[in-house]
Amino acid sequence: MNYLARRLMTFPLVMLGVSILVFVSIRLVPGDAITAMLGTEAGLLTPDQRAALEAYFGIDQGWFTQYWRWLAGAVQGDLGVSVTFGKPVLDVILERFPLTLELALLSMLIALAIGLPAGIFAATRNEKPSDLAVRIFAMIGQSTPNFVFALLAIYVLSVGFGVLPAMGEFTPFLENPLRNLGQMILPALTLGFAFAAAVTRISRSAMLDILSDDYIRTARAKGVPARKVIWRHALPNALIPVVTLSGVEFGYLLGGAVIVEQIFALPGLGRMVLDAILQRDYALVQGSVLFIALNFMIVNLLVDLAYAMLDPRIRLGAK
Amino acid sequence: MEKTLIKTIAASLALAAALGTTTVTMPAAAQTLRMAWSQDATGLDPHKQTAFSSLRLLELVYEPLVRLNTELEIVPALAESWEFSEDGKTLSFKLDGDARFQSGETVTPADVKASFERVLDEATGAAARANFTSIESIDTPDETTVVFNLSQPDVPMLTAMASINAAVVPASEIEAGTIGTKAIGSGPFKLDSWEPNQKEVLSANPDWAGGEVGVDGIDISVLPDETAILAALRTKQVDFALINDPLVATLVPNEASLELSRTPVLAYHVLQLNPSREPMTELAVRQAISCAIDRQDVLDTALLGEGAVTGPLTMPAYRSDPASLFCYERDLEKAKALMAEAGYEDGFSATVIAATGEPPTAAAEAQVIQSQLAEIGIDLDIKMMELNVYVDTWLKGDFDMAVALNGGRADPFSMYNRYWTKAGNLQHVANYIDDTLDSLMQEGREETDPAKRKEIFSKFEAHLAEVSPWIWLYTGYTYTAQRQNVEGFVPSATGTLFGLTEVTVGE
Repeated sequence: MNYLARRLMTFPLVMLGVSILVFVSIRLVPGDAITAMLGTEAGLLTPDQRAALEAYFGIDQGWFTQYWRWLAGAVQGDLGVSVTFGKPVLDVILERFPLTLELALLSMLIALAIGLPAGIFAATRNEKPSDLAVRIFAMIGQSTPNFVFALLAIYVLSVGFGVLPAMGEFTPFLENPLRNLGQMILPALTLGFAFAAAVTRISRSAMLDILSDDYIRTARAKGVPARKVIWRHALPNALIPVVTLSGVEFGYLLGGAVIVEQIFALPGLGRMVLDAILQRDYALVQGSVLFIALNFMIVNLLVDLAYAMLDPRIRLGAK
Repeated sequence: MEKTLIKTIAASLALAAALGTTTVTMPAAAQTLRMAWSQDATGLDPHKQTAFSSLRLLELVYEPLVRLNTELEIVPALAESWEFSEDGKTLSFKLDGDARFQSGETVTPADVKASFERVLDEATGAAARANFTSIESIDTPDETTVVFNLSQPDVPMLTAMASINAAVVPASEIEAGTIGTKAIGSGPFKLDSWEPNQKEVLSANPDWAGGEVGVDGIDISVLPDETAILAALRTKQVDFALINDPLVATLVPNEASLELSRTPVLAYHVLQLNPSREPMTELAVRQAISCAIDRQDVLDTALLGEGAVTGPLTMPAYRSDPASLFCYERDLEKAKALMAEAGYEDGFSATVIAATGEPPTAAAEAQVIQSQLAEIGIDLDIKMMELNVYVDTWLKGDFDMAVALNGGRADPFSMYNRYWTKAGNLQHVANYIDDTLDSLMQEGREETDPAKRKEIFSKFEAHLAEVSPWIWLYTGYTYTAQRQNVEGFVPSATGTLFGLTEVTVGE
């Protein structure tokens, strides 16, 4: 508990650092909301017109004033207003987040459902043809870029079968679960397969490591059935690197999967951040990066807590 | 890099698609047109927005006083008729008495006055203001008449008034400060909802003074990846789509159930030189570059031949035979001689900037130009930039050369006064002006006789091509793809989707 409290106390500090970094870097990039809106037509503006637009977009003050004003709002939960959406930043993020969370969960589910059994299977067949086959598939899965898989899936379905999950209009899960899953399954598979490949490889090597440990040999010598050796004795220990990997991967996915969202036209966080950067919607970029950073920290914390659960020898916070 | 790869893969996939196809027939939605585009509108204020998609959306909701038809002639919109005075210094409009805003209120001269005053007010930040600065005052003598008093004869202003950037908005909404948050126009469609970068829902406006619209409404989806748009058309999820990328557009005809329409546009691809930088300060060097570039080859290689070589004037009424312009036939010997004359027989190095994905073929264009100029010893370094970074750099005039896709206008003066007049707002980007260009532009602005205007601007064009501050390359197409159930769409060189008012959707 003490450990948890100490970890939580570092959160605001990290967030402050992240916010300063994002604030500065997005402003260092040439171009602003005015050039994003007008393109080269921005050159037709008179100085007074430009000043009026800067005031409208809230970029007329010095950086320090802008940051201070933003920070003062942020600590009270007000992340400012997105100029492209004309809505509070937090509302925009929270509208997009359920999709991103759902996509991340589905992908992880697919990845673990395929990757774990495949990895364990391969480890028990070390260097046999079946092990080799799994390893080759994992290799292919990991080295195939997302967009190749996504475009192939679209191609096969649309050309081969003349069907395609509805694109453009996204249906939330709670509104119509079936239609929602129909829309989510391809993107989730796209992300899940690459993720599964990584899980397979990690769980295979971790399992191999453990299987050569003394205590496994002892268990086997004592006549414990093979299945029980694997699932009861070896697996919990082999899970630690898998949990690490899944945590990091899941954290990334919560930041949105830009390419997959782009191809399948899903209104997730990734596309939103990309659009916000392209349109120089400063408030939205700041707010969403901060939100993503917070998610990442929470996931990391959960991963660390999971270690302690999996392996009692790990005592969190011990000096 | 990744994007190019996607396209290559998508291209080969779609090619394969053409070879073997199966389709499952599904009933189409009754009367709503389902449309897709890859780039969404960026805002709803008709006076401020200049992005292509924003203009296309707002043209369906708002109306200007006049409109350009598909021949780019000026035709009535909110105004039934108009007239320039003898001296060209007053322009009066008679409004269509039936025109109503979607709130139910009549469109009055007061609304017109308030709208133009809003555009002219510097606090609005309307880029189109530059087209209307000769307006001195606006009178509203009776219930259907608006009179613009001008400080000087300004013939091109009428064409500029056909832009949605000169839309008439309700004076009451200006008062309330809701322009840009609510879209209340007098146009053929009402905007029922807009979720940025996701979708727009439009419904037909039954009270539109322009007549009856052929569909009940239009649902616009934003599908950022154009190969996905193609897949959506193929699976009948979408009836009609805008395509930007010529590489995707050329794949559409492979599918028997789809139709592609290509319309030459006014926007032009150009290699901008910066004549304020050594050695582009030298006329001979600029001319050498013009002679060394094989425009047709750039077009064929980078754009798959999807376009036509052009001089500076791209509007059909003014377009000339490019072969008559300076060095439009590639002449390497002449180019080398010119380089030697300027003292650069060994060539020089320069940097060319280009925007990633804008146009989609920018990188390819830069590469072909790079290899062509290498033949006269010019060593080009290509710098690809994210669009906003490019725009920022471009506006500062901070480049040796720039590959650009610049917007065109129906009137030559409105199109080029920003660059090629002494007072042009973008003279600091063009960095070249001479008395001939400036005086021809002024003459063209004041001349009302179309034949004489054409003569003036064709002199202007020939001179501009000869002094070669920029190397005009070609114009491309705007593409729309549609399923066979969509009938009656007429595209236009301005890119407008106003033709959707005539469209019907069948089974």
